[in-house]
Amino acid sequence: MSVVDLLGDPVPGDHTEEAGDIRVGGTVAPPVIELRALTRTFAGTPPVLAVRGADLRIAAGEYVSVIGPSGSGKSTLLHILGLLDRPTSGDYLFDGVPTGAASDADRAALRGGRIGFVFQAFHLLPHRTVLDNVLLATLYSGVPRPERRPRALAALDRVGLSHRLDFLPIVLSGGERQRVAIARAVISSPHVLLADEPTGNLDAATSGGVLDLFDELHRDGLTLVVITHDAGVSARAQRRIRIDDGTLTEVTR
Amino acid sequence: MSRLEPARVRRPRLRLPHLRLRLRLPSVRLPRLRLPHLPRPGRLRRRGSDAAALGSARDRFGLRDLIAEAAYGVGARPGRLVLTIIGTVLGVGSLVVTVGLAQTAAGQIAHQFDAVAATQVVVEPATARTQGGSRAIGSIPWDVADRLERIAGVEAAGGIAAVDVAGAEITAVPVNDPSAAPLAAPKVLATTPGLLDAVRGTIVTGRYFDSGHDERADRVVVLGARAATRLGVNRVDRQPSIFIGERPYTVIGIIDGVARRTDLLDAVILPVGTARVDFALAGLDQAQATIAVGAGPVVADQAPLALDPNSPENIEVQVPPDASAVRTSVQADINAIFLALGAVALLVGGLGIANVTLLSVRERTGEIGLRRALGASKADIGRQFLVESVVIGLLGGLIGSATGVAAVILVSLAQGWTPILDTVVVLGAALLGGVIGLGAGTYPALKAAGVEPITALRGGA
Ligand SMILES: Nc1ncnc2c1ncn2[C@@H]1O[C@H](COP(=O)(O)OP(=O)(O)OP(=O)(O)O)[C@@H](O)[C@H]1O
Ligand SMILES: [Mg+2]
Repeated sequence: MSVVDLLGDPVPGDHTEEAGDIRVGGTVAPPVIELRALTRTFAGTPPVLAVRGADLRIAAGEYVSVIGPSGSGKSTLLHILGLLDRPTSGDYLFDGVPTGAASDADRAALRGGRIGFVFQAFHLLPHRTVLDNVLLATLYSGVPRPERRPRALAALDRVGLSHRLDFLPIVLSGGERQRVAIARAVISSPHVLLADEPTGNLDAATSGGVLDLFDELHRDGLTLVVITHDAGVSARAQRRIRIDDGTLTEVTR
Repeated sequence: MSRLEPARVRRPRLRLPHLRLRLRLPSVRLPRLRLPHLPRPGRLRRRGSDAAALGSARDRFGLRDLIAEAAYGVGARPGRLVLTIIGTVLGVGSLVVTVGLAQTAAGQIAHQFDAVAATQVVVEPATARTQGGSRAIGSIPWDVADRLERIAGVEAAGGIAAVDVAGAEITAVPVNDPSAAPLAAPKVLATTPGLLDAVRGTIVTGRYFDSGHDERADRVVVLGARAATRLGVNRVDRQPSIFIGERPYTVIGIIDGVARRTDLLDAVILPVGTARVDFALAGLDQAQATIAVGAGPVVADQAPLALDPNSPENIEVQVPPDASAVRTSVQADINAIFLALGAVALLVGGLGIANVTLLSVRERTGEIGLRRALGASKADIGRQFLVESVVIGLLGGLIGSATGVAAVILVSLAQGWTPILDTVVVLGAALLGGVIGLGAGTYPALKAAGVEPITALRGGA
């Protein structure tokens, strides 16, 4: 049975009964993201301990910001959360299901269907239009074909790029590229949005617009993990996690 | 919506104010983008999962998506595409030219071996060199026609001999008119009754003599068309006579249109029996026969035995060359050279595709990583690159095939040949391009599928 199957069909008496946060109305759900003593090292002399012994639980619908100095392991952590990278040791449970043993195809299906990722470096296809770049995410996430275009248009409208549909990414400003990347990340209605410095290239006003969008998505129940250097951005989150040299600490307000 | 446009123009950077989004959402209809509210997350999320799972099965990177993405990949660099397919174009093109020219040449050979050439046999006595020249050492029997016609494959046969009339004049009237300009005397030939058929002659008027005339040594003649004109004979219904020397001969027919022994047209033709009685004909010079297509080798074997069982070496038989043997030898020559060239070009073409596809996999690591991050499986990536190289190969195959057909037609036009080319060969060659693309793309596709999303994204940054 694949991870997707497990996630798709609630089995009576499965993990949902035992673990997780207690929700309104007594419904029990596992944390969307759960790290157990997770470590990621990079080989080298000396080896780089990018994430060390991380224990972290993020419940469904939480809005978490990750802060920390440059090179502290933020991106590494986010790549692991996004199933783009595998931990060196420890466990990562997504929706209560261990991902370490999951097959490559299952991990790909989760990336496409459940996780939206905003990369620090955008990663837009340079020779495809803005609209095509956004549509790319629908190819692999199983968005029904007739819904693809309307959704892409709506998502681009939502980030204020309706007037740039046929532009190539190379002629866009940094902020516009970032917003294309965000539209692409949310188009397949993920459960978790992972954003690596989504406002890094934006001025205060546009940055405010993106954060408003995040607030909006959060209100709709999306789980957000946002990496940022910006204290103002971090302040919008419910919960703040600080990472220093690979070690996670909860920041209490 | 239009009401909101002026605001957007005035404040282009404030794109996502709270209020505007609230107002807008109901109208843009984002059913899946709006996630369920917190109070009932579990139930609604499950429902969303089921929908996603269903969607995955149905519309997740289907054939249409695969082909569309591959088409983008192929069309992204037209200049490079041209260089990539040149090898395949040359390979497929030279294969089509090879087969096409071989088929055309074969058709041409068959054309040259026209009906007459392929079915005409000439039998003559063997000759031996002597001091005074060459001398016949064998002889053709009087009943040569009967003997030859008994051989399987012989359709008509007849003997022919020149008749020595010892200077006798040949005239249409016995009177000697001194004012008439002296004309060259027509030749006198003697044939067996079947010869007309054996040389495919036609009767202009009257008839050819039969075996009855031959046996009785009747004094009848048949005139060749030109000889008849010269003698002033153009109709035979009133039984005109010509004179050889003093003897009158009744003209019973005029012939024309012979395919062999065209000297018959200038001749006065006697039955062999008549020539033996009146001019002491000593023997036949030659026998002509028509045979069935392909009977040449059999006739060549059997005719000498039939005509001279004791010393068959004294009979010489000229049969048409075996057409299929000539054809295959010509084909073999052309094929060996061009097929080798075509194979080499195809190999080079395949390596070219493999090389360029590998290069593009390396260049597009970032794109691969991104697709993987967006949910593409290894198989999705591998298939995309495989289809790209198959499309490139097919394109090369189609262009090569078309070029080859054009070349065959041009060469044929220049040579005045009829171009012949099997459609199956043309289509097969085009498909061969696709097969080469498939072979060449396999390794690069496996390479692309093996790219880890994380390395790709770091490298692609
Ligand atoms: N593939 C790798 N091989 C070796 N070291 C690596 C690799 N990837 C990351 N690192 C190291 O791991 C550490 C954490 O990197 P990471 O990209 O997570 O930093 P970050 O917190 O995102 O920094 P920034 O804020 O500048 O983006 C860095 O010291 C980096 O050099
Ligand atoms: Mg980083």
